[in-house]
Amino acid sequence: MYARVSVRALARSIPSKAIKTTPAPLAYSAKAFSTSALSMDSHKKKERVKVHFPGALDSHFSQVLEIREKMEPIDTFRVMDTDGKVLDKSLEPEVTEEFATKIYKDMLTLNVMDLILYEAQRQGRISFYMTNAGEEAYIGSAAALDPEDEIFGQYREAGTLLYRGFTLDQFMNQCYSNDMDLGKGRQMPVHYGSKALHFQTISSPLATQLPQASGAAYAIKRSGKKNCVMCYFGEGAASEGDFHAALNIAATTSCPVIFFCRNNGFAISTPANEQYKGDGIASRGVGYGMHTIRVDGNDVWAVYKATQEARKIAVEQHKPVLIEAMTYRVGHHSTSDDSSAYRSKKEVEDWKRHDNPMVRMRKWLESKGWWDEARENAHKSTQRTAVLKSFAAAEKRKKPAVSEMFNDVYDKLTPNLIEQKKELEELIKKYPAHYDTSNYAKEN
Amino acid sequence: MSSMLKKAVTVSIPSVRQALLRSNPVLANALLAKRSYNSKGGVEMTVRDALNSALEEEMTADEKVYLLGEEVGQYNGAYKVSKGLLDKFGPKRVIDTPITESGFCGLAVGSAFAGLKPVCEFMTWNFAMQAIDQIVNSAAKTHYMSGGNVDCPITFRGPNGAAAGVAAQHSQCFAAWYGSVPGLKVVSPWNSEDAKGLLKAAIRDPNPVVVLENELMYGISFPMSEAALSKDFVVEIGKAKIEKEGTDVTIVAHSRSVGFALEAALLLEKEGICSAEVINLRSIRPLDTETIIKSVKKTNRLVTVEGGWPQYGVGSEICAQIMESEAFDHLDAPVVRVTGADVPTPYAQNLEAYAFPDTEVIARVVKRILNKKIGA
Repeated sequence: MYARVSVRALARSIPSKAIKTTPAPLAYSAKAFSTSALSMDSHKKKERVKVHFPGALDSHFSQVLEIREKMEPIDTFRVMDTDGKVLDKSLEPEVTEEFATKIYKDMLTLNVMDLILYEAQRQGRISFYMTNAGEEAYIGSAAALDPEDEIFGQYREAGTLLYRGFTLDQFMNQCYSNDMDLGKGRQMPVHYGSKALHFQTISSPLATQLPQASGAAYAIKRSGKKNCVMCYFGEGAASEGDFHAALNIAATTSCPVIFFCRNNGFAISTPANEQYKGDGIASRGVGYGMHTIRVDGNDVWAVYKATQEARKIAVEQHKPVLIEAMTYRVGHHSTSDDSSAYRSKKEVEDWKRHDNPMVRMRKWLESKGWWDEARENAHKSTQRTAVLKSFAAAEKRKKPAVSEMFNDVYDKLTPNLIEQKKELEELIKKYPAHYDTSNYAKEN
Repeated sequence: MSSMLKKAVTVSIPSVRQALLRSNPVLANALLAKRSYNSKGGVEMTVRDALNSALEEEMTADEKVYLLGEEVGQYNGAYKVSKGLLDKFGPKRVIDTPITESGFCGLAVGSAFAGLKPVCEFMTWNFAMQAIDQIVNSAAKTHYMSGGNVDCPITFRGPNGAAAGVAAQHSQCFAAWYGSVPGLKVVSPWNSEDAKGLLKAAIRDPNPVVVLENELMYGISFPMSEAALSKDFVVEIGKAKIEKEGTDVTIVAHSRSVGFALEAALLLEKEGICSAEVINLRSIRPLDTETIIKSVKKTNRLVTVEGGWPQYGVGSEICAQIMESEAFDHLDAPVVRVTGADVPTPYAQNLEAYAFPDTEVIARVVKRILNKKIGA
């Protein structure tokens, strides 16, 4: 039992600024608040009384009028420092040389491929490109997945495809939209997809892949397979309505999906501090009732371990997990962007020098005796040669056959499409001078 | 003037009903059956029950099929279309979702990408606008944009178009919007047979299909043939049905308008004015232009009827396609569209009644078109 105190009466007796106190049984003056005062009344100490409202069953009643602006910011988990040194020995990754060097080699290959394809766009050879510069450590998350975990990406996760075995030829063919493109030349460059590698075809509208990832996870749960879905997106896309809908529905429907947010500080030119006012994206996960962790996104091992743990939760408990990986976008948003318009070159250079995911991983490998200068140069050189070779081959190939334009609108051509296709075939035959099909693959 | 006309029409309807029952009892029942079962033998089913049967049969036949949406489970469906399904199939197959169309529609699309066969219910198609990106940019386009690698065997369904006294944001018709999207199939059932057969076909179809039902039709009973009662009964998507044959004018309609068109046809026949052929589109996309062209070649006159807005509508598309086809040479008069009024649906009951075409409007338009002749 406790003496009821009108909150208004209490408020009138204290200064208008909100005072953080534990609830008091009697109306004290403000000056009397102290722990000793409370212990005096310990025999009348109130038990925190639980709320019964169906919408907030974990809450307790309080007599404190406090309108909070923030909760405790969520910590950022890291394993290595910026020099690649493991900070807590118990977190030392227990991996083989082959496993660790594969991750780093793929980061290097990705880097090399990005540079060459970016230049290709600048030379007018492909229409568009997006680089992964500064964020290569996300490959660590791919290394923690099972090959049959379905990936729904945004557009800056080509490294996960590379890790899974997408070949340089396949990357180039998509960028050149040629007849070997798995996507049959129907998408802009970097919109990769691979059914064999369980990588969902990239779709341009932002954040639409989030509720879809929840759905694919639901399907996996229904099938009984011990897999999960990995869903990547940026901190900008997390402002979309679909983000909120997806997290809420993943939580309420119990979907085994990992939501991996690459918080790289920019959404084209919009800096993170204009994108949201809260504590990053991680704070939202807690709001939707799901397991959440924030990690150092430039630390391969932090990303790897967090994904490993998250995967366990998703697969074993069928619960969604939110990972927010903090990083920095070193490159421009895309070839349609020049970021010097909204940030200084010095800022970018500073990041490259002080917190570089490639350097941190390389230094860790070197400390284990698994890497050195010679191997670095050799790998860069062979990969450059390989990329250029694929690139040249892709450029020479013809575009998909003209008839492919009508396929896959539906599973089978509808009457109007059959009619249109026939009409086009007749026109091409009748006016070859006006319909030059020499750049297109022959019809099968 | 209009209130007098209305009186004239209501007086004549009972006599039409009598004439009908004498001449063609099956058709009479089809048109004029109200919300009760006809005790004169033969099985009748409401559109609601037909949809329920379709869902139940397809969910029984294929465990990949599942239903999700707001209120579909415990509440048995906002309009009771999913009654009993949660009890029969359990919460893994019938999912009550939070209020997030973009969320549950996106979830459904993603699960279809991953191999399930979702039936995604929108409480009304008006609310689907909050998920239209998932329907158009994802469901419709992904098979194409992925080079044929990603399938999306999803069915979207819910009530579309006119309701009663729910105002503009609950009464829009989306046939034209979805009908314009390559990659989607769009169907618009009128009676119980349409509803059951088209929904079953939609669920079995490996492409994304939009099923535009109508709330005012849910409670209406129609006779069901022996074939229609079978659990393998499907209505082919992309084929229209000639509900009534005629010789003087073709009336093409979809959904609730088919009923009005048939009533108008009977009225005109009784008054000795003309013999109208009534085509029930059944599918908006693919559009069965072949059936319409064949009919126009026979009758030489065409009237389209829909509840949706006039600009860029279903009737507009039919006009364009007929004009571009060989049927153009067979027209004795320009094609006329009968559509909903070009306003957001009013709330006031009298105004709402004027906002949608009915029997009287259709009959009046047909009479007018009969007096026209090209070149005369």
